[in-house]
Amino acid sequence: MFQVRIHGRGGQGVVTGAEMLSIAAFQGGRHAQAFPSFGSERTGAPVVAFCRMDDKEIRLREPIMEPDALIIQDPTLLHQVDVFSGLKKNGYILINTTKTFDQMGLGEFVKGFKPDHLLTVPASELAMKHVRRPVPNVPLLGAFAALGGLITLQAVHAAIDQKFDGAVAKGNRDAASEAYEIVMEQERQAQHA
Amino acid sequence: MLEQCEGSHAVARAVALSRPEVICAYPISPQTHIVEGLGELVKSGTLERCEFINVESEFAALSVAIGASAAGARAYTATASQGLLYMAEAVYNASGLGLPIVMTVANRAIGAPINIWNDHTDSMSMRDAGWIQIFAETNQEALDLHIQAFRIAEQLSLPVMVCMDGFILTHAYERIDIPEQAQVDRYLPPYEPRQVLDPSEPVTIGAMVGPEAFTEVRYLAHAKQLQALDLLPELAKEFKEVFGRDSGGLVKPYKLDDAETIVIALGSVLGTIKDTVDEMREQGVKIGVLGITSFRPFPIEAIRAVTAHAKRIVVIEKCFAVGIGGIVSRDVRSAVQSRPQQVFAVVAGLGGRAITKASLHKMLQQAIADQLELLTFLDLDWGIVNRVLEREKLQRRSGPVAEGILRDIGTVSSKIA
Repeated sequence: MFQVRIHGRGGQGVVTGAEMLSIAAFQGGRHAQAFPSFGSERTGAPVVAFCRMDDKEIRLREPIMEPDALIIQDPTLLHQVDVFSGLKKNGYILINTTKTFDQMGLGEFVKGFKPDHLLTVPASELAMKHVRRPVPNVPLLGAFAALGGLITLQAVHAAIDQKFDGAVAKGNRDAASEAYEIVMEQERQAQHA
Repeated sequence: MLEQCEGSHAVARAVALSRPEVICAYPISPQTHIVEGLGELVKSGTLERCEFINVESEFAALSVAIGASAAGARAYTATASQGLLYMAEAVYNASGLGLPIVMTVANRAIGAPINIWNDHTDSMSMRDAGWIQIFAETNQEALDLHIQAFRIAEQLSLPVMVCMDGFILTHAYERIDIPEQAQVDRYLPPYEPRQVLDPSEPVTIGAMVGPEAFTEVRYLAHAKQLQALDLLPELAKEFKEVFGRDSGGLVKPYKLDDAETIVIALGSVLGTIKDTVDEMREQGVKIGVLGITSFRPFPIEAIRAVTAHAKRIVVIEKCFAVGIGGIVSRDVRSAVQSRPQQVFAVVAGLGGRAITKASLHKMLQQAIADQLELLTFLDLDWGIVNRVLEREKLQRRSGPVAEGILRDIGTVSSKIA
């Protein structure tokens, strides 16, 4: 089983992001379970959502306390929430930011991690460019598709089409594709480093 | 067709496939997505010959369903938590009048203090109201049980409450097999009422009954529930013939054959319990699980039959009768009375507290070592409890309890589980 925890803020599409991740995994023939952690349903408040993927039926209903991957939609949460809580050794970290891990003060923390498990993508900027709204969830899914090969970019596109129509769907598809390319480029560089 | 969708969406589809003629509802979390979904299906014309009635309260929602059902329409509503309490009088009326309404309860805690999260306190408060109460373990089962519920309700002329865990199921995306309309039509024939308000053959429904026959009326309500004990397994079998899936019935045994310890529970927590039990089995522990699907009627014989060989029974329940203890466990005790088995009540998951495998392992190991209290509150934080008790001892004006606790524990927005 592969478990993903998404951290963000109310209004950033955290819950929708987890749901779309589960749709993309389903498209790839897997069992998937996405669910939110409900709290204060307020714009800007910290929000957590979860997605499990497996090749067999998922029965477990507890929150994901030991994720294989973290998607952090808002880097300001790093100072407010223990986002890294329980992250598996050598797990994946994907952060929406224009900074590097060093610039975010995480250089020391991520020392033991494989370089190709640590990724950043300017998801808010990509969302502004393609969708004209700072909702980073979909570009981050595009970036996630480039990570471990768990879901394909094509499946992310299918999930976008299940959730959105028309111009919004197209903008999101483009944003996901560009994020995917950015991460693929980072992966190539990490492998050559 | 297989689809990855939200539990609420799956339930809305199941209800729509059951061809209701009147849907009336008042929104309350975590039920909202279900009735929103149905509203869309009616408005878009996907669900034909159905009137969606917006009402001003839950009391009105069920009252409209009662009127619609009495007029011969297949009627549906959904609620949760305080909404169910607000319609309480109508809940008893629907069953007392024998009207086959189907209602989803998206299980949620009851305040005060206000809490929007999941437990079973809401539907448990109506356990003696004369409705059939069935609990879904997964979203697939929630979908399946709604289709069965209309069949059960109309066959018995009794209302049915389909209980599904709020948020944990209603807001979870999972793989769901959505049936074809033709399958549902094959399983669920058009509604043929036992009683109907028809101007061409006028009757009244809802006469006053005095002491001369009220006991008999109540006994008949009990007799109907007993009929349901036979009907539910039959309809589950028929469901499997049409849809190819095991859903519904009275109880769901899991690895019980040689189990010395049996864990009993209702609803979505059964999944986490089964995973825990599988891990314990790998370590050689003889343990199994019994899911209760039908809470009302309570399947005493079925539970008695499959638990005969167990040394102990651990009932995990998301509800609690203040002043005495467990609710489900008391009913389980009545099923196994005269046997030397210990029945432990473990109150867990109140107001949305996560029930984790780690906590279940710890608690079940205590049970097996005969170290568990007969009434246990899983993961109870004694620190919080004792600070309140201490404060109340020290000062008369100790202030409101909930606010005091929140001050004690500080912000919770930074916690993950």
